[in-house]
Amino acid sequence: MSLNDDKIIMDKEQIKRALFRISHEILEKNKGTKNLAIIGIRNKGAYLAARMAGYIKEIDSKTVPVGILDITLYRDDLTTIAWQPIVRKTEIDFDITSKNIILVDDVLFTGRTIRCALDALIDFGRPKNIQLAILIDRGHRELPIRADYVGKNVPTSLNQTVDVSLIGADAVDKVSVRKVDK
Amino acid sequence: MSEWKKRDLLTLGSLSKEEINHILRTAESFKEISTRSIKKVPALRGKTIASLFFEASTRTRTSFELAAKRLSADVVSIHSSNSSVLKGETLIDTARNIEAMSVDGIIIRHSSAGAPRVLSGKVSVPVINAGDGAHEHPTQGLLDIFTIRQKKKKIEGLKVSIVGDILHSRVARSNIWGLSKLGAEVCVCGPATLLPPFIERFPVKVTTSLKEALAGADVVMALRIQLERQKERFFPTLREYSREYGIDKEKIKLAKKDVLIMHPGPVNRGIELSQDVIDGPRSVILEQVTNGVAVRMAVLYLLLQKEETNGSIS
Repeated sequence: MSLNDDKIIMDKEQIKRALFRISHEILEKNKGTKNLAIIGIRNKGAYLAARMAGYIKEIDSKTVPVGILDITLYRDDLTTIAWQPIVRKTEIDFDITSKNIILVDDVLFTGRTIRCALDALIDFGRPKNIQLAILIDRGHRELPIRADYVGKNVPTSLNQTVDVSLIGADAVDKVSVRKVDK
Repeated sequence: MSEWKKRDLLTLGSLSKEEINHILRTAESFKEISTRSIKKVPALRGKTIASLFFEASTRTRTSFELAAKRLSADVVSIHSSNSSVLKGETLIDTARNIEAMSVDGIIIRHSSAGAPRVLSGKVSVPVINAGDGAHEHPTQGLLDIFTIRQKKKKIEGLKVSIVGDILHSRVARSNIWGLSKLGAEVCVCGPATLLPPFIERFPVKVTTSLKEALAGADVVMALRIQLERQKERFFPTLREYSREYGIDKEKIKLAKKDVLIMHPGPVNRGIELSQDVIDGPRSVILEQVTNGVAVRMAVLYLLLQKEETNGSIS
């Protein structure tokens, strides 16, 4: 493999199977859909959350509430990044208090995004618990955070980046790893 | 990527269509925060904002302060009535002294047109114009446009009539610039004595006939008769003004059925607008106030959440 080549680590089918399995695991662990709600972190987590809600409906014939969380205003690196991220809407139109919240994101890396998301969620109410579902866990945590549900563990080095493409946001469903020059 | 490059917000006349749209889009995201039970996000934690009001204000000052507080910034308010301004300190000295206490941004309202621009040349932190003389009131213009867009889903092609004391109105000037940049057809209307000289140089239609201004209007914006600024008499009596230019339930029938009635406040009830129009179903006056907080949050976020340092994204 040459230096900047993409290496595809998940294709459409593999993503589907991983999300389907996670949906089963969520139902198993929470004993059904009672008090369950799914919240995806913008941007890609929101697409994954919607898909998982679809699979849960397929499996259990129950509709679970789905929300979207924008964590921009909670980032701890706002003053250290050169560009200014665009703030988008948080859309949680249900009360999260006493719910079992499944927080969904595409890649778990340093854990800082999840830290922001936890802060943001707790400003909305007091959930019974928050569980974390992740499509790719690439390691290199900087905070004591772990996922409850993982699509795929991918050992990476720090000079690599993981790209998740999802239909809705992108042209195809795929996960790839690529080397970046630093 | 950021589309915001300017350090200050001084006028809408100096902003591009893209910059105006960027602020409005950002404001959309901030609106929801004020509906939460915990109305606060940590985006501007640790930042300090000074608000310098050299003129009376309830709405704008409160709105800016709430906006700053909902972003977790600390606000210090200085009013001309209880500050060293009374002891003869100049505006620039006051601002420099406040800057010397490490504030991250200055909001200023002043009775002299151009005061915020002069100030921005003397300090190194962002300056936000909260109204300068009869020049501009950019955040009011933005919140008006935001409210119109929310209700009408567009700005382009709308007929917006601004009625009343155009001469003394900074709100009118900001709206004229902002709305015309976004493609609205702006019409200003008032007695000839309350229309500024050279108004025809602005991108507007000018008329002294209220009927003409109201006919087919999508939005009617009434302005307050600014009695405090009128050192000479511009019309014989308030009653006569109200009879000719006051908008009531009957006159508003000339406008489109789904017309929006707006007013930047404070309202002289029964003069610019009749009671039933102010409190009627087409009035969005209080929604303007609600949207003001979201728009000012967006402005504060865009101007203050910017550092020149480089770092990595993770």
